[in-house]
Amino acid sequence: MTTDPKTPAPEDPAKMAEFDTRLARDETIEPKDWMPEKYRKQLTRMMSQHAHSEVVGMLPEGNWITRAPSLRRKMVLLAKVQDEGGHGLYIYCGAETLGIDRAELIDQYLYGTAKYSSIFNYPTLAWADIGVIGWLVDGAAIVNQTMLARASYGPYARAMIRICKEENFHKRQGYELCATLARGTPAQRAMVQDAVNRWWWPSLMMFGPHDGDSPNSGDLLKWKVKLKSNDDLRQRFVNLTVPQAKAIEITLPDPDLRYDEASGNWLIGPIDWAEFKQVISGNGPCNHERLAARRAAHEEGRWVREAAAAYAAKRSEPAGQAA
Amino acid sequence: MPAPLFEYLLRIGDDRLVLGHRNSEWCGHGPILEEDIALANISLDLIGQAQLLLNLAGQLEGQGRDADTLAYWRDDVQFRNLQMAELPKGDFAFTMMRQFLFSAWANLQLEGPIQGNHEDLKGIAAKAHKENRYHLRHASEWVIRMGDGTEESHRRAQAALDELWPWTGEMFQQDDVDRAVAEQGAVVVAADLEPRWRAAVTDLLGRARLTIPTAPMRMTGGRKGRHTEYLGRMLAEMQIVARSHPGATW
Repeated sequence: MTTDPKTPAPEDPAKMAEFDTRLARDETIEPKDWMPEKYRKQLTRMMSQHAHSEVVGMLPEGNWITRAPSLRRKMVLLAKVQDEGGHGLYIYCGAETLGIDRAELIDQYLYGTAKYSSIFNYPTLAWADIGVIGWLVDGAAIVNQTMLARASYGPYARAMIRICKEENFHKRQGYELCATLARGTPAQRAMVQDAVNRWWWPSLMMFGPHDGDSPNSGDLLKWKVKLKSNDDLRQRFVNLTVPQAKAIEITLPDPDLRYDEASGNWLIGPIDWAEFKQVISGNGPCNHERLAARRAAHEEGRWVREAAAAYAAKRSEPAGQAA
Repeated sequence: MPAPLFEYLLRIGDDRLVLGHRNSEWCGHGPILEEDIALANISLDLIGQAQLLLNLAGQLEGQGRDADTLAYWRDDVQFRNLQMAELPKGDFAFTMMRQFLFSAWANLQLEGPIQGNHEDLKGIAAKAHKENRYHLRHASEWVIRMGDGTEESHRRAQAALDELWPWTGEMFQQDDVDRAVAEQGAVVVAADLEPRWRAAVTDLLGRARLTIPTAPMRMTGGRKGRHTEYLGRMLAEMQIVARSHPGATW
């Protein structure tokens, strides 16, 4: 996909002023309301990226469904991955209210340049990863999504309210899994510590670049799609997570991590942005496998979708015309 | 010689554990997001049923084994599921056709324990029956869509049916275990299960424009622990983490 070289037509100043007034009054924008083209584009990008992330996110966790070490854990994981599919569906429907259909959005990430969350390009190497993903990755997602539940676009905000409830549940389950391993056998303890060592920094990268380096943040903040900056959200996540790690005697892999009395914040060491850039530009540990798996599912499923469409078309033919 | 009801519970519990496992392999790889969700949901129901049935089996046995011990610490020759359940998931047509044939059978077969006199088993069977109705409806709708969809979907659905049909005979074999649980009154074993199942699937497959194969039934033995070569590998995957950490709690 190439970007449109044409500059978009300037927006009608009167409509633009009314739009800004509505945002200033904290009104939500609804699908049939007028909105500037850039707002529509940014939201489409953000919502579809979010939906793709939910769907791609089914892969690293799905990787352990067949190996879950107890039936209860297997069912919890199946239910969680099923929820994620549901979130994807829900957000795709929300994105469709902006005037683009799901098939087109899916094409954009399978064959074009649309992105999904970089975190899902890391491999799940041990059972403990399932707990750590719930605790850290869902934990980070909740911090972000709690803010998005107050976003200016109504369908997105409402989707987030519902999704946050389920994500909170996933996070508790994940943390409980980690706590169980942490007080288990030495091998279980080592497994969960290793998983935390691998997932901690990628989880922090989920909040995106520092505020000064974030290309989309300005517009999103101005339009109240985002209400807090990447760095503020990241700090909130760190502050929530450090005591949780201490409670189960797990070490976070950051020698510079320290409590700052003045601000009341836990301060972290430098993030390896070179790694982040590698992963978002397609060279992470699993980018190739994730996309290949989703493309294969899509292509191998084509005949199923065609069958459903053909059958539905036959049923909607007037009686007498059907073969 | 294990008690017949224990053996019976292993059979219907293992059917669900193994089939649930196979369906769960679709997670993230379905043809459409709605089917990823539906297949995960069916797996969840089946594994949930397996957990209840195997826990009850362990209680009756009285040797301290629970559903997890039975699921993770038995070898393939100790499993009692239908062979059809352990076959690899195949394409979507194979998975849905198998679910249809199994659910149509379970829909009738579960009436046995529901009408029986074992209170715990009755409760589990009633819950399973309710869930199974949804699975049967879902799979039936897909069998019709595929059979009466495009040329390709028809061909795939017919191929799946041809492949699966000879495995279905095992669902209707009865032995000493069935006779003993019937005598106890725990399960009412119906004599007409096969004709009723055949009538139901014949009707649906007809609506799907599919042809019932005439091939003979295969030699089987899942109920006695004689399995295909696929089950050992499936269990190796399912049991690897649990068996790598003996004595651990999860």
